[in-house]
Amino acid sequence: MAGSPTILEMRSITKEFPGVKALSDVNLTVKAGEIHAICGENGAGKSTLMKVLSGVYPFGTYSGDIVYESQVAQFSGIKQSEAAGIVIIHQELALIPELSITENIFLGNEPGKRGVINWIEAQRTAKDLLARVGLTENPDQKIKSLGVGKQQLVEIAKALNKSVKLLILDEPTAALNEQESQHLLDLIVGLKARGITSIMISHKLNEIEQIADTITILRDGKTIESLDVKADGVNEDRIIRGMVGRSLESRFPDRTPNIGEKFFEVTNWTVRHPLDPERLVCKNENFFVRRGEIVGFAGLMGAGRTELAMSIFGHSYGTFVSGEVYKDGREIRTDTVAHAIKNGIGYVSEDRKALGLNLLDTIKRSTVAAGLPKITHNGVVSSVEEYEVSERYRRSLRTKASSVDQGVSKLSGGNQQKVVLAKWMFTDPDLLILDEPTRGIDVGAKFEIYGIIQDLAAQGKAVILISSELPELLGLSDRIYTIFEGSITNELTAAEADPESLMVSMTSKRTTVR
Amino acid sequence: MTNIKKNIDSILGNKGGGISQYGMIIALIVIIIGFQIWTGGNTLAPGNVINVFQQYSYILILAIGMVMVIVAGHIDLSVGSVAAFVGIIVAQAMAVWHWSWWAAIILGLVVGVLVGAWQGFWVAYVRVPAFIVTLAGQLIFRGANQAIGNSTAVPVPDDFQNIGNGYISDFGPNTGFSNGTLLLGIVTIVAIVIFEFRARNNRVKMGAQPAPLWTSIVRIVVLGGVTAYATILFASGRPNTSVPIVAIILGVLVIIYGFVTNTTTFGRHLYAVGGNSNAAVLSGVNSRRVNFLVMLNMSVLAAVAGMVFVGYSGSSGPADGTGWELDAIAAVFVGGAAVAGGVGTVVASIIGGLVLAFLANGLSLKGIDTNLVQIIRGLVLLIAVAFDVYNKTQGRPSITGYLTRGFGRKNKKDDGPTSGGLKGSGAQPQSIDQDSQVLLP
Repeated sequence: MAGSPTILEMRSITKEFPGVKALSDVNLTVKAGEIHAICGENGAGKSTLMKVLSGVYPFGTYSGDIVYESQVAQFSGIKQSEAAGIVIIHQELALIPELSITENIFLGNEPGKRGVINWIEAQRTAKDLLARVGLTENPDQKIKSLGVGKQQLVEIAKALNKSVKLLILDEPTAALNEQESQHLLDLIVGLKARGITSIMISHKLNEIEQIADTITILRDGKTIESLDVKADGVNEDRIIRGMVGRSLESRFPDRTPNIGEKFFEVTNWTVRHPLDPERLVCKNENFFVRRGEIVGFAGLMGAGRTELAMSIFGHSYGTFVSGEVYKDGREIRTDTVAHAIKNGIGYVSEDRKALGLNLLDTIKRSTVAAGLPKITHNGVVSSVEEYEVSERYRRSLRTKASSVDQGVSKLSGGNQQKVVLAKWMFTDPDLLILDEPTRGIDVGAKFEIYGIIQDLAAQGKAVILISSELPELLGLSDRIYTIFEGSITNELTAAEADPESLMVSMTSKRTTVR
Repeated sequence: MTNIKKNIDSILGNKGGGISQYGMIIALIVIIIGFQIWTGGNTLAPGNVINVFQQYSYILILAIGMVMVIVAGHIDLSVGSVAAFVGIIVAQAMAVWHWSWWAAIILGLVVGVLVGAWQGFWVAYVRVPAFIVTLAGQLIFRGANQAIGNSTAVPVPDDFQNIGNGYISDFGPNTGFSNGTLLLGIVTIVAIVIFEFRARNNRVKMGAQPAPLWTSIVRIVVLGGVTAYATILFASGRPNTSVPIVAIILGVLVIIYGFVTNTTTFGRHLYAVGGNSNAAVLSGVNSRRVNFLVMLNMSVLAAVAGMVFVGYSGSSGPADGTGWELDAIAAVFVGGAAVAGGVGTVVASIIGGLVLAFLANGLSLKGIDTNLVQIIRGLVLLIAVAFDVYNKTQGRPSITGYLTRGFGRKNKKDDGPTSGGLKGSGAQPQSIDQDSQVLLP
């Protein structure tokens, strides 16, 4: 590919969200006709970069230049970037299940005159396109009758119909099984032979190693390096080093762990996907947490960490298959959220706004939402106690708000998270599961939340910390489990764990020698 | 400026809910005073006020249940039919089976519970949308009413009619007023004073700075004044009239349900489920139970409304209750409830209902054509809600942002890292909450 012309150059792209710099001075050069992989940890800025490129974040909301086919591009939306031949296929497929394959392929792009669709032409083109992606399905079939793998191919057919020159695939194989993945990878290589350039975001390093020509590695919103796969002799270990190779700054409060005996234990935990009974999201997982211990769970997006946590917490995710939860050696019920709470489990969800808070509520009502029985007497919620409790937590967690009567929707992410933490601390749990507790939170508030987590452990509670940020896991955890595709692949003590060893267990079934 | 607003807020008991909370009180006062002037004093004549309460109380009773249904994120289209169904059963019990009036009332409430359990079962446990369940209920119970009553009117005895058009009976010396009404008025005023100072005390206990004393005094003077005025009004009507019994039923229901929705665990769970059902479930709320009870309760109140109406009109007919569901829903939305659930109060819905009631009453006092009255009421509903929506959009980033938030209950568009913009991973939280519609019981 060395001699190929450049199709895309992104120069010094910087994109800021309120309080956070998502991309800072990122450069990306893609040659015509190559398969270009973008790698990085969760939160490195890969998807943001692709959203900038495809116009999801329109021109003017970022700084820097996009040079596409030797011209500076200023896309104000997806429609414009598509017109230029850039098509993005999101991890979440944008197909409409109740419409047919043909209707989906031509949605928003219908052939015909004056709003009347020429179905004969549409049918014929659809057949051609399906053949090109290796599908033999009847184009009249509804999308919902296809599996995820075939739906992914329909998405690509849809892109081909838009005369795509640059195809962006965000985690295309995340939801596919091995065979489907291989078919998709072959197809991408086939498209390359037809001159279509692909940018592929993937966590599956073996796939990248297999088909990519060039790899760009992002970390913390910055470009780290670009590697030519053949010339540089790149392998998985080399990529991992690029992805995690950062210095661990001391940004965690000091703590001397005081770890007791085994407190909670989960055995044979198996859960099916709620919509796809064929798929297991938790495969026979076993782990335990001791008193006063912070146990980290490391895994990439979709590895099944949240699914594990939520299914333990009142079977709130998926279809329960098997598994037991023991507390101090006695089996406890966790089949409803009420039972889980009664048995001393708390769960701080990763999605504050959708699952953690009622955004219509005030701080004080949110603080007591999970612990209402504690301030209820004869069926009446005591407004005085409600105030006292929420005010106490507001002070001790230093939540920045004018008063506890303030609506939670008006708080910053960090302060909202403190309210959620207060809500669960008020239930006085023995085991607190924290799912991405610092997602979308600025650095100062992160440090405070780390302190709160450590305090909880110091009180003898068991803490499970799920995080996509390896430094956070390494900085806080006493022990770390790694999860890959619904299975626990490794268990490392704080002393053994380092970014490389974690990344290896997070990206494959192979475990490091202990 | 903000200080003035704060003081007004504390007088009106507004907890930072914006203008909408008291906008309707002001609208109600303006409508009443406006019609009072326009009709040359007929609007606030004792006979007319009594009339308004007797004529519209059943809608207000329905509005109490409806606001809870709407806060939970549902709707009930069957209330008119359920009311008619209960009405005919109660009328038959008295006219054909010769039950006494109190036994018939108990029967009516039991039927309300059974109907409510039926609808609640489908909504909460089978998870058929309430719109469908209650649309079916509308047909089912309308048909049942006509089947039982053979599509004819069944009269009810006088002592039962009291609950619809009776008054509290008089006693004691002749003061020229209704003594019972005077007594009730005095008790109410004393209660207002006591509650105001208890609330102040609570604020002090919470260590929060209480609003200045004068705001409390203004509140007491205004509320007490209104009560005193209403007392004189009801007490000075035609001989043998006083506070209508329906108004007392309504008042008791407002106090009970206001208390339940405000201060009990059930009330908390109701708002939690309506505001964010997934978050509520993950906080240990049994959302099915909440949904079941709220639908059940609605049918019980529909039964009460049906019986009150039968008492008022003297008989139960095949067309009773037609269109009531829409009047009740309108009252709730004029009272500031949100279509998506989670927002709305009992008192505000009653005020919304009174706005619509006095509007219709005033227009008909002026002899305006009833068709035109319909049009005007429709416009008032539309404008009231539009005004509310407009107020909520103030200070928000964009109208579309608000709309997507309001209807989709999620605002995923470019609002920063928490929604997945930053993390390069928008997919995971999204997939979780998309799925969670299915996942969470």
